[in-house]
Amino acid sequence: MTLNPLDVPAVTEPYQPLPGRSRNTGFLDGPVRYGLSPSATVGPYLAIGLSWPDGIWAADEGTEGGIWIRGRIFDGADQLVPDAMVETWQADPDGGFPSPEDPRGAASYPGFRGYARAQTVEPPGEFAVFTLKPGRVPDGEGGLQAPHIDVSVFARGLLDRVVTRIYFADEAEANAEDVVLRGLSEDQRRTLIAEKTDDGYRLDIHLQGDQETVFFDL
Amino acid sequence: MTGTTSESGLHLPRYLREDASLRTPVGFPDYKSTGLRAPLRTPVDLPHRLTELTGPVLGEDRITAQDADLTLRNGGEAVGQRILVYGRVLDSDGRPVPDALVEVWQANAGGRYRHVVDVFPAPLDPHFDGLGRVVTDSLGRYEFMTIKPGAYPWGNHHNAWRPAHIHFSLFGRAFTQRLVTQMYFPDDPLFGQDPIFNSIPPAARHRAISSFSLERTVDNWALAFEWNIVLRGKDETPFETEDDGDVA
Ligand SMILES: [Fe+3]
Repeated sequence: MTLNPLDVPAVTEPYQPLPGRSRNTGFLDGPVRYGLSPSATVGPYLAIGLSWPDGIWAADEGTEGGIWIRGRIFDGADQLVPDAMVETWQADPDGGFPSPEDPRGAASYPGFRGYARAQTVEPPGEFAVFTLKPGRVPDGEGGLQAPHIDVSVFARGLLDRVVTRIYFADEAEANAEDVVLRGLSEDQRRTLIAEKTDDGYRLDIHLQGDQETVFFDL
Repeated sequence: MTGTTSESGLHLPRYLREDASLRTPVGFPDYKSTGLRAPLRTPVDLPHRLTELTGPVLGEDRITAQDADLTLRNGGEAVGQRILVYGRVLDSDGRPVPDALVEVWQANAGGRYRHVVDVFPAPLDPHFDGLGRVVTDSLGRYEFMTIKPGAYPWGNHHNAWRPAHIHFSLFGRAFTQRLVTQMYFPDDPLFGQDPIFNSIPPAARHRAISSFSLERTVDNWALAFEWNIVLRGKDETPFETEDDGDVA
């Protein structure tokens, strides 16, 4: 049974918390009033719907200080995944987000969109996005997070996106203080840290295997 | 307490997530391609911080008026049964999600995608490319005109056929709300043998199926199907009404 849009409460009603929600867990698992739409795979034909001519540009081409983030995606047989899409979302160099959802207010950094999508296509079988290195952002607990990029990976054979983060090898001090990295083992941390290259950074993503990337549940 | 308030007074809400028993798993054994691709280790909980609570603003400048009508491409009319697909994008508290980019893609009436990888010997339609884009209005409403996609075979198992479906990609307002999904049509006889449909936990499967709408059928022109999409909502309980320790 699908929802009837006429049953939706008026937007102007004051929001009333529902009884029965667990608290202090850090996560709020159900009950939700309206069941969430189930996710599904993007399938093999994602390029039809999700190709943008400007997809890879989280920062405008030629923006001062721009970097290329490149990587490959490997499956459990160590084969390249040639039909995946990677999306990135991150803060600007000052730690602001071009989003009205930021409680500090939307930031506006010249030439910066903060979001990119890139598909892995053979050759060369890697994704590449052009962006600016993110600044540090508050962790909500009085500290600062290390510079990071949130990443979603979509592909045929993944029924939901998988989410990971990219951190930077040349931010050792910030990384050591980061609340998320601190909760991981050394082997796990290694899967999230991009190495410096001539024009930016590189990090491969392993969907399975000995080097399986740390994926996050949100 | 709800969310996180830092020493500097930064209040961070959290997005609700549904019970794991109602979420589509990343991997599903009957869908063979998940075997080497779906991660095997337990994902690590990522607290909702600023990066997760914000998201890109991708609106009207990404679409043109023609993007809402998939039946008119390349100077002609697509072959097939015209259908109006419409609905609302809501969060799990029933609040509309306005200004959300909705991207759709689908096979043509014969079940063929305009993609090099698709070798199903059904005809391509010169007037159908299978791509649509719309942005939700202030009440979270979207609609587009298209043709009903055909079912198509795939290599997952012997005589495997995908039920007719339309792929949807949605951005809400936050990284936590990103969703890629598929919309199905009522009473499809192919549901029973399709592992992608059946990977959805049974109690949630109905949410992926549109409903026929006689009300919105366009007289002498098109049938209509309604499909509402629910993204994660956030818990915004005001701090002072909270009752710490009251764990249900
Ligand atoms: Fe499909």
